[in-house]
Amino acid sequence: MAAASLAALRSKIELDLRGRVVSPFNYRDRNIFEIVSTGIPEIDAAVGGLPRGAMTEICGPPCSGRTSFLISALAARTADGEACALVDARDSFDPYLASAAGVALNQLLWVRCQNADQALRATDLLIQGGGFGLVAVDLSDIAPKIVRYVPLNAWFRFRRAVEDTPTILMVAEQEANAKTCASLVLRLNAKPAEWKEAVGERSSVRDLRDLVKYPFARLLKGFKIGADVVRSRVQYANDLPAANENLVNEIKVNQFDARHTRHRAGVFETVGAQDPCAPSRQSTKHRV
Amino acid sequence: MAFACIHIPEFMVQSVVRAERALRGLASRGSALVLISGKPPLWSVVAANSAALRAGVHLGMTKAQVTEFCGVEIRPRSEAQEKAAHAVLLDVGWSISPRVEDTAADTIVLDLEGLVSLFGTDENIARELSQRASHIGLIPHVAIASNIEAAILAARGFAGITIVPAGEEFARLGELPIQTLLTDVEVLETLERWGVDCLRALAALPVLQLSERLGQEGVRLHELARGARVRSLVLAEASSSFEEEIELEDSVEELEPLSFLLGRLLDQLCARLEARALAVRTIHVRFELEPSFEKDVQTLKDESRNKTASKEYVKVLTLPVAMRDSKVLLKLVRLSLQADPPKSPIQKIRMAADSAALRVAQSGLFVPRGPDPEKLELTIARLAKLVGESNVGVAELLDTHRAENFRMARWAGGTNFPCTKVTRKRKKDAVSPLQEEPQKARKVASGFRMIRPAVAANVEVGEARPVRVSFGGMQGEVVAASGPWRSSGEWWQEDGWDQDEWDLAIDFALSSGPHEKNASPWPQYGVYRIYYDVPRRNWYVRGFYD
Repeated sequence: MAAASLAALRSKIELDLRGRVVSPFNYRDRNIFEIVSTGIPEIDAAVGGLPRGAMTEICGPPCSGRTSFLISALAARTADGEACALVDARDSFDPYLASAAGVALNQLLWVRCQNADQALRATDLLIQGGGFGLVAVDLSDIAPKIVRYVPLNAWFRFRRAVEDTPTILMVAEQEANAKTCASLVLRLNAKPAEWKEAVGERSSVRDLRDLVKYPFARLLKGFKIGADVVRSRVQYANDLPAANENLVNEIKVNQFDARHTRHRAGVFETVGAQDPCAPSRQSTKHRV
Repeated sequence: MAFACIHIPEFMVQSVVRAERALRGLASRGSALVLISGKPPLWSVVAANSAALRAGVHLGMTKAQVTEFCGVEIRPRSEAQEKAAHAVLLDVGWSISPRVEDTAADTIVLDLEGLVSLFGTDENIARELSQRASHIGLIPHVAIASNIEAAILAARGFAGITIVPAGEEFARLGELPIQTLLTDVEVLETLERWGVDCLRALAALPVLQLSERLGQEGVRLHELARGARVRSLVLAEASSSFEEEIELEDSVEELEPLSFLLGRLLDQLCARLEARALAVRTIHVRFELEPSFEKDVQTLKDESRNKTASKEYVKVLTLPVAMRDSKVLLKLVRLSLQADPPKSPIQKIRMAADSAALRVAQSGLFVPRGPDPEKLELTIARLAKLVGESNVGVAELLDTHRAENFRMARWAGGTNFPCTKVTRKRKKDAVSPLQEEPQKARKVASGFRMIRPAVAANVEVGEARPVRVSFGGMQGEVVAASGPWRSSGEWWQEDGWDQDEWDLAIDFALSSGPHEKNASPWPQYGVYRIYYDVPRRNWYVRGFYD
């Protein structure tokens, strides 16, 4: 008798909430996300990837590889044909490098802000608009003490806005501020840059002569970036490597800058004839 | 072969009622409405609805006389509204048939050849025409007949929907008064003297004698009265531009009341576009402004300018995707006006829309679903209001070696998505990329953060390379250097460039104190890109690797 009335009550509540709440009595695990690649195999191996419908924080000090991570994620998402948005809090995005790294610029909506307030408002508008595969918020150049003032309910609103959507919200900053609103928090740190000495890699006599004159001639090879998993609430349907453990993984960041390649192709032909620190108009024979 | 005629009775009155939503309710309740025209104070009645005529108003009355009547609404005649209403009428015709004749301002004729398979019977077609005209604010008379003239006469003579079967034209049209056929007062008086008061009486007259007295006009009238005159349709050419306008009695200064007017115009435009299965591509909003105080002062200073001349303010809104949602369009226009409002009160609004075919909704089964174009356009407009129009969009690379080699372009709606197959898994089946087939190893590019605008730096050079750098209150030692990477170009222009770039690993901690460390917004240790600008003979910091 009691069971029958309970069932009737349950069906009545379900009927009343129809259209607003789907299955109000069914337990839904909010930590199960669809995971997509970050574009960096080492990170994918460590944390699985970026969770859709959740917030991911990428934090670290300046020059720790946050921009490399961000560009890599944008390149991976746009390569899959998704529309992405970048909220650039300090207008520091380099589209040429991003394009060379594989970001399809025609699928990337770039919002150039001047401060954190504009960036957060723009993020709110983009998330509410919906439809983006990845919304990246770059607060890397904003001082931590300013980002710390962002109220927790703002992060909570962002999290709730992307919940149950295919959007990945990724925030790059110097310190993690979103607390438990972020489903995945990674802390990056970079080792000192690696340089490749150019001596010995050239064969022509003229090049060797130039290199003797300019012994500092070298190439920026890249950086090694380490990533710590600070927090991960991402769960998978199937068995996976434990993502909750703090693990350190090194990512080899290769120097891949098309413009540098282009310039460097010409610079060894022209610079050697004069003092590079006192260039003159006569030295512009190189290809432009 | 059948033809349909749509006739709008009391066309001048209906065109004003269509533009003013409050009048629609009054007109439907049978209130009297009068249109006046002329130069004040010599206003006179030029049109009135049947309720006003029944009340005793007649054409030519002065405004003062009309105000004596109780419950009569008086409005000025609007030729712009009549023009718009006529365009609307044509749009209704084209929404049903591609072959439309523009017979008169209040009358159009449609060729119904082949439409039976689409709409069914003639009654259905007539009902559809009537509904579509009513939807955009005009109450029509619709008639269908086997020839054009019979359809026109039936539409002008009978209210509502009239179907004249083939061969029964004479029988159906005979009862119509002779005034339906012609408006020439002289001929009408002649026919009245003969005792001819309806079409049946005119058709009963012998043709030969009629032609002897009235000439060829008599023969034509006789044919029309019998419903036997046949002619071909003169096709009207469809226009791709749609225009609506509104003239205000009192000028509007604030955005809120202006939004109501803009919304009404957009509703009318969208209804017309819907009738033609088209959408808006570009909206031109032209405001006629009231001469402001500043303008008057300016006019006094400059006597060559006419003091009473009105100023115009134009807003053009080009949409990346064609859309027809009047609410979204209104929000876009509002955001545009909020960013750059007109400087004086508005007297007249003219809105024109360039049409385009509707967007195809489905792009592909395996293409990821992007943002909804209408919603996204609204979001972009809001973002533009927040950060500035030039700071939102898509970066387009330019074919140059200059450092800032891009320009901002409008978001094109992501139409160039590659048709790559993307497998979307349900959440419960979510798996890591680890379990998918191993991807091809991809190289990760080192990130670079631009400093805009570039910061001037003091660089100390030693052994043909920078050894010490100071900028932004920081001073650091160069640990490693790579360069110079030289580029120059466009020397023939004023903004040509000539630069030597260096990649410098700088350690600011070696020279700066702890206080300076916290104050600087840039990294204490990092690889910076610094360049020597030859024309300006100075060093600048372009950015740093991250």
